[in-house]
Formats: sequence, structure tokens, C-alpha cells
Amino acid sequence: MGKWAIAIHGGAGVDPTLSDKAQKDAKQLLERCLKLGVSDLRANKAAIDVVERIVKELEDDPVFNAGKGSVLTNKGTVEMEASIMDGQGRKYGAVSGLSIVKNPVSLARRVMDKTPHSYLAFAGAEEFARAQGVEEKEKSYFIVEDRKKVLNYAKKINETLFGYPEIDSKTLKPKGEVPLRKNAQPSFGYYRPETVGCVVVDKRGMCAAATSTGGMTNKMVGRIGSAPIIGAGTYACELCGVSCTGEGEFILRAMLAREVAAAMEYKGLSLKEAVENAINKRLDKGQAGLIAVSNKGEVAYGFNSNGMFRGFATEDGMEIGIWDKMFKV
Amino acid sequence: MGKWAIAVHGGAGVDPNLSTRCQEDAKRLLTRRLNLGISTLRSNLTAIDVVELVVRELETDPVFNAGRGSALTVKGTVEMEASIMDGVKRRYGAVSGLTTVKNPISLARLVMDKSPHSYLAFSGAEEFARTQAVELADDAYFITEDCMEQLKLAKKANANLFGLPTVGRETCKMKAEDNSLWMNGQPISVYAPETVGCVVVDCQGRCAAATSTGGLMNKMVGRVGDSPIIGAGTYACELCGVSCTGEGEAILRATLAREVAAVMEYKGLSLQEAVDYAIKERLDEGKAGLIAVSNKGEVACGFNCVGMFRGYATEDGTMEVAIWDEIFVV
Repeated sequence: MGKWAIAIHGGAGVDPTLSDKAQKDAKQLLERCLKLGVSDLRANKAAIDVVERIVKELEDDPVFNAGKGSVLTNKGTVEMEASIMDGQGRKYGAVSGLSIVKNPVSLARRVMDKTPHSYLAFAGAEEFARAQGVEEKEKSYFIVEDRKKVLNYAKKINETLFGYPEIDSKTLKPKGEVPLRKNAQPSFGYYRPETVGCVVVDKRGMCAAATSTGGMTNKMVGRIGSAPIIGAGTYACELCGVSCTGEGEFILRAMLAREVAAAMEYKGLSLKEAVENAINKRLDKGQAGLIAVSNKGEVAYGFNSNGMFRGFATEDGMEIGIWDKMFKV
Repeated sequence: MGKWAIAVHGGAGVDPNLSTRCQEDAKRLLTRRLNLGISTLRSNLTAIDVVELVVRELETDPVFNAGRGSALTVKGTVEMEASIMDGVKRRYGAVSGLTTVKNPISLARLVMDKSPHSYLAFSGAEEFARTQAVELADDAYFITEDCMEQLKLAKKANANLFGLPTVGRETCKMKAEDNSLWMNGQPISVYAPETVGCVVVDCQGRCAAATSTGGLMNKMVGRVGDSPIIGAGTYACELCGVSCTGEGEAILRATLAREVAAVMEYKGLSLQEAVDYAIKERLDEGKAGLIAVSNKGEVACGFNCVGMFRGYATEDGTMEVAIWDEIFVV
């Protein structure tokens, strides 16, 4: 039997002024989800089932930007997207443009398992959801007060939000008046917890990955980011499972998740080296983070952004973190 | 100054019983589009402009499955998608779910150049099209008689798991048991010529790629294929430009276009070696084809299915257009 491992994330790029309570809530959620994943893995559940289950939990909780608590489009609506990938056979399922499906990642799973296609979007995806009888909620279920405030702020400064000032890692306070970023253009704004994801290698050495998100605050209606795109936000193959989060346009152009696997396959890099290579060399000026597991039971993560909500567990123990330091649980 | 090169395709997986007239029409069209590309390259247009221009022309032809003449969804509607990528800085733009935009590839270009995003789809994309004042058209423009016929055949074929319609396009039988004559779960006789694409390296050594399609005949509404997906249907970087066509699900899972570039980058393979590798090793059971150019002015293509509409030209004067394995020098 191989060694299992699991990693989860709740977004790269964290508001350095995030309240203590919000940080605590986030860490608690990460811990709870990790524990669920660990018990599933100990019970021999398959990687593909574990990643789906954990991402469902993350979607149901309003703390992160996926499912309930998704950020809002420029029209104040929710358009959720997700993808899931099974390293065994490199099967893949994805959805975009959902507004009433309670668990986008589960719909993505159904697209993979129950249709001749890989990716369904918008009205067609919701039709499929209805035909499958998956759980649906009123549009208002997904929209939380906090995200409305963030949208209003974004509209005031007229920015699509993904940005945060550089912080001093000792004081955790912003360093001066560094302008914030908006997808490759300097701008002002502030960033919020983003995309969620989970990667798992089970006892049989099978890898899987899943990613889910509401996208970017104040995005154009119809905008698709990196989360549902194979090789960009999500990737899994025989060697590894990867889930990314951060500036969507950069993750797409870097095909970040595939990059980790390609460096392992074609350059013989180890998981850790491949993760570092992806973060340090492929992102150009973009900011992002990722989590990854290998079929050998290793786990690795990397980010060049201001913090990343993350946690991982192996048979040796469990750790979670937001900033640079990881805390043993 | 480097050497320019251009390749175009009109879909992988061709009915071997396709009438001679259809074959000649397709070859003539590809030749004309190639010539257009060549003249723009000679006038020093950049790669990204050339691929857009050539794919626009292919979208306007009802013969291929892009823009006018797009395949139809299960509801008989059109949902077009396209993507374009500039090897310089790896910029990318894509669209899906278009029903009224005359040239999806140009909208993809506008997403890349004029929006803060990379990929817009369905009603959001159509809204964006209106703000950009691109040319629009109604159903009657996009939906051809031919495609409506094909849709009927596809529905019949999907309904019969083992029986096959014996009537192909204008000709007769094909062997039911021959697996190579099925693609995307449909017998090749109803599997229409597909996606179009163009890859170019200009005289400055810049690569670009563009792909456009109506998608799979009889597809579910909302289905997104490989053509608008970076790394799957389209990819361009400093080293090369790639456009793929064929079984969308297989191309997606293989991240086929990216693979060509990845093995050139990481294993130092030449363009042709990289193309052969991608087709042989990455597709598993899938069937597909692709065209590619390198920043050195080379051009290559590969496919593991029955036929692929394709053509290419290089600065040293070579020009070829083909459907089957034999190449016809033009």
C-alpha cells in the first residue's frame, strides 16, 4: 500500500489586514476539512471521491470564494465554476456560469462521469443540472453580505479586484504605498479569499485534483477564469495532482497546473522542484499559489503572493497556514 | 530576418467516401486562404494579425465547421467558440457560446486586447460583442442546409448504437465494424469536417495560433470543446504555434497543443519530433490532428485519424495542400 496525502487551499493572495476572527474562521475550516479528508483516506476512499467531498465542504462554507460566499460579477450576480480531474486515465469534468447549483464541483464530476463531454457552461450546464436532479438553491443563498460590500468598493474604485500591498513578513503590515495590482496592471484595491481546491493521493497511489470558485469580484458577466480549465487551475495524472489559485489570467497563460506535471515528466524534477519551478519561472509578473501531491505520497505547495490559505496532511501529521509560517495541528 | 511559414487546417477525420467535388472544393478553399496568408506575410504583417485574418476567411466559408456552416447543437442551434494566442508574451483570448457573432476569432482577439480577461462565454460574450460593435448576423446566416441534414443523420446515428446509416455524404456504404471510421462516437459519414485553424511564424520569428469551430454535431447545449481552451486546441509561445482538431475530449485531456511546445522546451525535440510525439504518445485512444510552426520557420503536421484537411507554405516557396496521406504540391 502506498502513502496517502492530502492538501487543500482557500485562495492565494490574502488581505494583510484580514481580521483575527476571519483568520481564525479560515483556519478552523481548513482544519475541519483536512480531518474529514484524512479519515476518508484512512478508510481507503478513492482520491477522486475525496477531492470531490472536500471541495463540497469548502463550497458549502461561506468563508471562501466558492459556492456559498462566491464573489459577485459586475452585475451583482454569481457565476460559479469548477473542475475535477482523475489522474487515472486523466479524465476531466468542468462547469462554468452556474448560479443555482449548490455544489459546482459535484456537477463537474457528473459532467465527467455521465456525459460524452468534458465541460458544460451557463444555461446548458444548468439544464444538465436539472436533468441530473442535483441540489439547487435560490440565487440569494450564494450571495453573502461581505461580498456585496467588496463589490461596492470595487465599483467605487472601478477595478476588477485582485490586489494587495506588499507586506512586511515580520510585522504583517503593508509596506508603504505600494500600488495594488489588477491582472497585470497596477491599481488600487484589496483582495479577498479566493478559489478553493483539494489534491489527494490515495493509498493506491492514485492522484486527483479539484478546484472551485466564484471567480473575480466585479468580473464581466461571462468571464471564465483558470479554475475550470484543464492544465491551468486543475491537473492530475499518474504522477501528481495539482490545484492553483491566484491571478486567473496568469495561471491560464502559464498553464500552471500542467507545468508542474510536465516538469516532473519531461525534466525528471521532484514534486517540490517542479512546484518551485512553476511558481518561480512560469508566472511572469503574475501572482498565484498552488498545492500538489505526488503518487509517492509527497505533498508540496508554493506561492509568490501575499499569503495563501492552505493545509496539508500526511501520515506524519497535519499543518495549516496563511502566511509564510505553517502551524502543526 | 527569420523565415516565415504558415499552415492551415479544416478539420481532422474525413469521410473516405467524401465526394470528389467536396474534396476539390475544400482543397481550393484551403489554397485560397493559404495564398491570402502568404501575401500578408510577404507584406510583413505580424503573425497574430495573419492568423486572425486567415481564420476569419475560413469562418466565412460555409464548407468548414466554423462561423458560417457551424455544426449544430442537439437543439439545432449554433454555439461557436474560438481562441487565439500570441507567442509573444503568451497572450490569449477566447470565446464560447456565440450565436450572432459573424467572426468568433475576431471577438476572441478583442477579448485578448480590449478586456481585462482572457475568456468570455455565452450571453456575457454576446454582450461584449455589442459593446465592441463587431459584425453580427442571424441564424439564417450561420445555419446551412448541409448542417441541418448532418444533424438529422447524427441524431439517427446516436440513437442506433450498433446499426449504421448506410448513406454517407453523397455516396454509399462503409464498413460498420471498422473502428477507425468512427470519431467522437459518430460514424465518419456524419462526422462533419471540423474545426479550422491557422498557425504562423512571421519574418521576425514571432509565432501565433488561432482555432475556431462550431463544435461537435448534436452536442449538448452549453458544451465547450477543446478549441477555445489554451493548451488544448490552441497554443503559442516563443518556440512555436500549434492548432489542433479532432476528438475534443481527447485533445483536452492530452492538453495536446501545449504538449508540442513542452517537449520542445523540456526535451529539446525538434518541431516534427514534438508533433509526432504528441500524436503518438499523448492521445491514448483518441483521434486528432494538429498543425504547428516553429520560430525557425519550420512547419509540421500530424494526425492519427483518417485524413485531415490541411495546407502549408514556407518562405522558400514550398506550398502543399492535402486531405489524405499523400501530399499534393500546388
